[in-house]
Amino acid sequence: MSKRTVHFKIYRYDPDKDEKPYMQDISVELEASDKKLLDAMVRLKTKDDTLSFRRSCREGVCGSDAMNINGKNGLACLTDVDSLQQPITLRPLPGLPVIRDLIVDMTQFFKQYHSIKPYLVNNDPPPERERLQSPDDREELNGLYECILCACCSTSCPSFWWNPDKFVGPAGLLAAYRFLADTRDQDTNARLDNLEDPYRLFRCHSIMNCVDVCPKGLNPTRAIGKIKDMMVRRAV
Amino acid sequence: MNVAKRTFDAVIVGAGGAGLRAALQLSEAGLKTAVLTKVFPTRSHTVAAQGGVAASLGNTTEDNWHWHMYDTVKGSDWLGDQDAIEFMVKKANEVVIELEHYGMPFDRTDNGKIYQRPFGGHSMNYGQAPVMRSCAAADRTGHAMLHALYQRNVRANTQFFVEWNALDLIRNSEGDVLGVTAIEMETGEVSIFHAKATIFATGGAGRIFYSSTNAFINTGDGLGMAARAGIPLEDMEFWQFHPTGVAGAGVLITEGVRGEGGILRNDSGERFMERYAPNLKDLASRDVVSRSMVTEINEGRGCGPDKDHVLLDITHLSPETIMKRLPGIREISIQFAGVDPIKAPIPVVPTCHYQMGGIPTNYKGQVVVPKDGNPNVPVQGFYAAGECACASVHGANRLGTNSLLDLLVFGKSAGETVVEDFQSGNLTLKPLPDDAADMSLARIARLENQKNGTDVHEVRLAMQRTMQKHAGVFRFNELLTEGVTRILEVAEQSLHTEIGDKSKVWNTARTEALELDNLIEVAKATMISAEARKESRGAHVRDDAPDTAENPNGRDDKNWLKHTLWYRDGNRLDYKPVNLKPLSDDVEPIALAKRTY
Repeated sequence: MSKRTVHFKIYRYDPDKDEKPYMQDISVELEASDKKLLDAMVRLKTKDDTLSFRRSCREGVCGSDAMNINGKNGLACLTDVDSLQQPITLRPLPGLPVIRDLIVDMTQFFKQYHSIKPYLVNNDPPPERERLQSPDDREELNGLYECILCACCSTSCPSFWWNPDKFVGPAGLLAAYRFLADTRDQDTNARLDNLEDPYRLFRCHSIMNCVDVCPKGLNPTRAIGKIKDMMVRRAV
Repeated sequence: MNVAKRTFDAVIVGAGGAGLRAALQLSEAGLKTAVLTKVFPTRSHTVAAQGGVAASLGNTTEDNWHWHMYDTVKGSDWLGDQDAIEFMVKKANEVVIELEHYGMPFDRTDNGKIYQRPFGGHSMNYGQAPVMRSCAAADRTGHAMLHALYQRNVRANTQFFVEWNALDLIRNSEGDVLGVTAIEMETGEVSIFHAKATIFATGGAGRIFYSSTNAFINTGDGLGMAARAGIPLEDMEFWQFHPTGVAGAGVLITEGVRGEGGILRNDSGERFMERYAPNLKDLASRDVVSRSMVTEINEGRGCGPDKDHVLLDITHLSPETIMKRLPGIREISIQFAGVDPIKAPIPVVPTCHYQMGGIPTNYKGQVVVPKDGNPNVPVQGFYAAGECACASVHGANRLGTNSLLDLLVFGKSAGETVVEDFQSGNLTLKPLPDDAADMSLARIARLENQKNGTDVHEVRLAMQRTMQKHAGVFRFNELLTEGVTRILEVAEQSLHTEIGDKSKVWNTARTEALELDNLIEVAKATMISAEARKESRGAHVRDDAPDTAENPNGRDDKNWLKHTLWYRDGNRLDYKPVNLKPLSDDVEPIALAKRTY
């Protein structure tokens, strides 16, 4: 890919000086080496250093640069800039309060993650060596533990938009199932109790936006289904 | 300006592996602790580690800590301190097992134990054959580890200050450390974190180079803060170039790929490592493999239209193995190299990866400086662990998987030392000097008011290109000399950076300018230390110190078996002895020898 100019439409809001948010039209000439959307944004920032966004690893594992790209949530670092229709429209993740430009306040998102007790509970005295787990049992954690907490899923979920304080959301529920599925964890009943109300788990209506946007190819809807199965099995 | 003061027993700067591991010790011991982090903890760069963490569990092949110690000392080209190395390899099993108990999802062997794979420079029976020592969670070990550590800290109710950037270290006139100043991203407010103990776990500074596997956030903040406060930086000439960064993109491809059987090939398809390291071949130590690759490229045997990279081939592995053991690598390769490694080899090139040097510490995690003739006197109230620290366990070259081990062992050790010092009453809250926040406020005010200044992006780029050209995989006397002049010019430009963004709220332009202040200290330390070391050792190899009978591999133990200490003030260099004596009588010192693989 050679040098080319790309056009952006970017949500801008600086509470320090703007009365209200606006969409900024801006273009930038990219170098041949600028391949990902994040490369283009970093290039753009050399022109206008007021453009604010989070970024770190630039390889899709830290989860910093989630945003709404042409209407769909994704990571800027894993999105090919040349695959995007122009002007490339960038907005902050939907449903969370905007702090500035593309930076959202993720407090509510993490509060829900923390609410599911995202840590292993095992009250047996720890053995001297590792707890044993068969390869098949370990396999159950694949597709669950890889979550990077980018919030693409939860902020694409209408149930989370409507009830961010009550519905755990796909990321938190994926994490909940990650511990329910771990043969080393002993807190199954308390974990299910913790999700047993009209909102925390059951507000998921299998819309599957979460699956559609997950940059790691994970499937929270399936994990949520499995939690619901466990609830049913426990009830009978 | 009014500066808020917050008081804690301890403040930890950084929430990567080392910071989170230290935080656990403090939280579980009931110390009132603040963990400052410029990104949400799970976004710290530990998350990007791939291949594994070393421990001689011996789950698949026979292993013991003596072999691990030998490999680490040899890998360090004998610059590592043998007391700290013994401490680390002996603690390895304990800290890895702890993580398993915390819930880390390690891969498993058929009998349910932690899965281990071979890794570069790790051997059985003192160099005889590769050993399976790297404990792995697929090729996402760092991610699995960082999340497990964060989760354990959630359980321990650790108090985090997320998206707070530490600015400067606070010392009193006796040199004791009293905490840090920090700025909150959301408000732009500066606060003082006043504490009895300060632990730095701020990570590396790989972003001083143009081509780096490191995250944007790896800007050496702890090193810059320490240097500005008069603490020397140790062995900064030693930087690891990882053999397999994706050509063009710099993104890391784990050595675990070669551990699983991957082979490096040149333009004729030759497995060239057989010529350079007949015994361990593709699993030789990283410095050796990187130099071999650059030699192949320099001698015209590189691949691609510009003959500027080599190929990492795993097409002979079964797709099932790749999908099971290296799924993340396949994603990265497709994303950043446009290649599915099941079908075609990955273009790779040595890429700056890890800083062996750092803030000088002992094995307890105490920061140590020369004083009254003693080279290692602890600085009261100051501790460091992980990549920002130099214990020194990696010496002149780190072995793969020893970095995750380092941050676990020394994160825990620093935490334990603080808890001990706290409980024995050795730590007290000393009064803050009146000017505690002055330097930080002056730096912020300068940025606020700078006119006709230099551009942050341009200065950073000039620094990165200078480091890349003058202090790369192979080093040349002339280029190093010129590099010192050039980097000091760039440092001068960095004093006058100007930003357009004047907002108080989430001002990332200001953050980048403040980070550049830290990067430039590391760049100066690196170039000046490298120019001065007139030998070849580990990752520091120069043209005027070639392989001779008297100095095998160009290593000059008579004159250079010593640690460098760089002081910011006047760019002064000092040296201190390497500790060749292990910590206990359990093991004899590993005697000096020529390094071959």
